[in-house]
Order: sequence, then structure tokens, then C-alpha cells
Amino acid sequence: MSDTPVPTSRPGHGARVGRGVFLATTLGGLSSLWWGRAVWSRVSSSIGPLESYIPLIPSGGWRIYTISGSLPGFDPATWRLELGGAVEHPVSLDYRQLLALPKASQVSTFHCVTGWTVHNVAWGGVRIRDVLAQVTPHPSAHALRFVSAEEPYVDYLTLKEALLPDVMLAYEMDGKPLSRAHGAPVRLVIPDMYGYKNVKWLKGIELVPREELGYWEQLGYDQDAWVGRSNGYT
Amino acid sequence: MTRYVRRFSRTERVLHWVNALGFFTLLGSGLVLYLPSLSVLVGRRPLVKDVHFWSGIGWVSLLVLVALAGDRRGLLRTAGELERFDRDDARWLTGRRAPQGRFNAGQKLNAVLTAAFTLLFFVSGLLLWLGERDTRFRFASTVILHDGLMYAALVLLVGHLYLAVIHPATRHALRGITVGTVSEDWARRHHGKWTQD
Repeated sequence: MSDTPVPTSRPGHGARVGRGVFLATTLGGLSSLWWGRAVWSRVSSSIGPLESYIPLIPSGGWRIYTISGSLPGFDPATWRLELGGAVEHPVSLDYRQLLALPKASQVSTFHCVTGWTVHNVAWGGVRIRDVLAQVTPHPSAHALRFVSAEEPYVDYLTLKEALLPDVMLAYEMDGKPLSRAHGAPVRLVIPDMYGYKNVKWLKGIELVPREELGYWEQLGYDQDAWVGRSNGYT
Repeated sequence: MTRYVRRFSRTERVLHWVNALGFFTLLGSGLVLYLPSLSVLVGRRPLVKDVHFWSGIGWVSLLVLVALAGDRRGLLRTAGELERFDRDDARWLTGRRAPQGRFNAGQKLNAVLTAAFTLLFFVSGLLLWLGERDTRFRFASTVILHDGLMYAALVLLVGHLYLAVIHPATRHALRGITVGTVSEDWARRHHGKWTQD
């Protein structure tokens, strides 16, 4: 490319401060790979009450991860949760029947494997125990397959994991019915595991003999997604 | 009749506009991935992710390509101007009047920070992409760095746009980065040390 020369300022004047600023910013930025999270959690908790007024901050710290073209819709009239697989009596619950099951509430923290965290989420829903009571699993069933309406998203928990005391099928978040973005009408919540195990837009649960690889696990994520001790984190 | 002086070479102008185009494409697609309201509105996350990733690759590749294919010597001279801060610059930065060269101290600082942010955006973005595929590239704070950069870059961008498009005394500079020349009269008032040479 031929180019017309531009008269520049007299060279050689002043100190090369810019080089220092560039290096300091770059090194500071790269080092934040190790300290960024700790600082951000402090900043975000101090600006917490302001968050909802600033349009450029994701509300409450959530980001909406999806794997398909659009978010599954929810029509209370036609929606069903299919409970099947290795069970005595398969059941198809409608939304009203789901809400009629014994209700549990909890406040727990949600961790995404990509590094963001939402503290103190208030969930309302049903425990897995009360769901399983509807269908009576066969003795051969040792795991559950959670099927999302967002195809082909599925993930698995062992029966033991699913029966941990703070695991639930949540249909309420922060006192309101679960929104479409968060997996309406019902999602899995397992606070001790990263978000990709917390299947959204549930449409079915099957009892299966053993755990298999879920959607992200087939792409290399850990099957046991324990927060802080899986997926390369220690 | 107005006399004009050449302020930016073609290489510099092409670099500027490639950078601007890349930045806005990445900002737009990035916000769709980042803000829940936009994510829900737009959907198509896998497609938006691809657009964002490949825009980032294209952005940095084009910058490198233009720099290599263009007036390299001129760019090095410009980089030399951008990184040098003298006493007048220190005075200018502390709010006092001081004569300025082809770039005033604020423009130099903006350029230096933008260059550092570009490198950090690229590295953290690449780490996000690699980390999704291999846990060895995963750091707990990559996403925080990438998001934090966006806020920092937005602050610079808002200041830059205000001075380049709105502020009456400075917006003549937009002519320089678009067609290459600025009026000699304006250059004398804003970049006195440059026009003296």
C-alpha cells in the first residue's frame, strides 16, 4: 500500500511512559485471571442494590446460556412432566399436579462453570424424594435422566446425588414463578454442582440403571460437576 | 480559503476504522451473550457465539494484516509519538493549558490503553473459547476479565465518541481520521507543537 507521508511531531521528546502504561495494563489484566473473581465478588456485593438500575449489568448476575435457536415456551394447559423409565407406574404430571406436590423452599448459591456466581437465590419447588414417590422406582434404577425441552439437552444424576437434601425441582425463583429465561416452568437445582447439571425447561425424568454423559459432558465437561473440585478447578 | 494539513496516513485511517468496525460488532454480539434481556430477545445463542468468536478472530487478524501491508515505518513513528509523554503532557493531563503535538496527552493515553485492552480482549476471549473445550485453559476469572474489559473499554469509547462527534471544539478531528486532513487553523490551535515543526 503506497501512502502519503504524514508530518509527525518532533521525535525524541519526553519519556516513553506509554510503553510502561501498556505493559502495566496488560500484566495487571492477565494477573487478574487469578485475583479477578475475589475482587469482583466484593465490588458486586457493594453495588448490589444499584444493579437493577444499571442497564449494562446482567440482572442479579445471571447470564442465560442456551444451546439451541430459541428458548422453549411454556403453556400451562398443555405442558407435562413425564416421569418414566424403570418405574412401577409411569406418571404424566401437569403443571397443577406438580404444584400440588409437597412444597420445599431453600436459599442457595448458584455457580456457573464459566466463573460467575449468583449468591442467595430463593428457590421454591419439590424434592426429588416426593417426585419419586409418585412412580416407585425399580430396584434396578440407580440414576435419573433429566430431559430438557431444549433439545438435545439432557443430564444425569445418580440416585444418591439426586436425594441430597438441597436438590430440588424448582418452579419458583426469588418468590415468583420461574421465568422462561431460567427454565420455565421447572428446572433442576443442585447447588453443589455447576450450572450445567441444573437442567432447565424440564419435560421429563427417567429412572435408568446408571449415569451416562450429559450434553456438556459429551463435549468434555466432568460428569461429577462438584463446585470447586471438578472441571479443572481445585 | 481554508488550508489543510495531513494528520493521518491511509494506513492509520484504515486501522482506525477496522478497529471501530470490529469493536462495535463484538460489542453488539457480546452484549447479546451477556445481558439476559437481550439473550432472551434474540435467542440463537450458538449462532451469536460463532459470530462473536469469528468477529474477534477477524478483528485482530485484519489489524495485523493492515499494519503489515501498510506503511509500517510510518506506524512505528506514530507509535513512538504515542508512547512519549513530556512535561507539557503532564501539565495537560493535570488540567492546565499546555501546547500539544500531533496527539494530545489524552489521545496518547487513549491509544495506549486501547492497545492494551485489545490484547487482553483477544487473550481472554481465546481462553474462554479454549476453556469450553479443554479444562487446562480454564481460569475462574477469565469471564470476569473479559466482562471487566468491556466496561473499561466502554468508558473510553464514550469519552472518545463525545470528543470526536459532539464536542464543538474537538469534533473537527473526525475529518482527519476520515479523509486524512484537518484545517491548518484548527491544527495550530489544538496541536501547536506539531504545526510548528
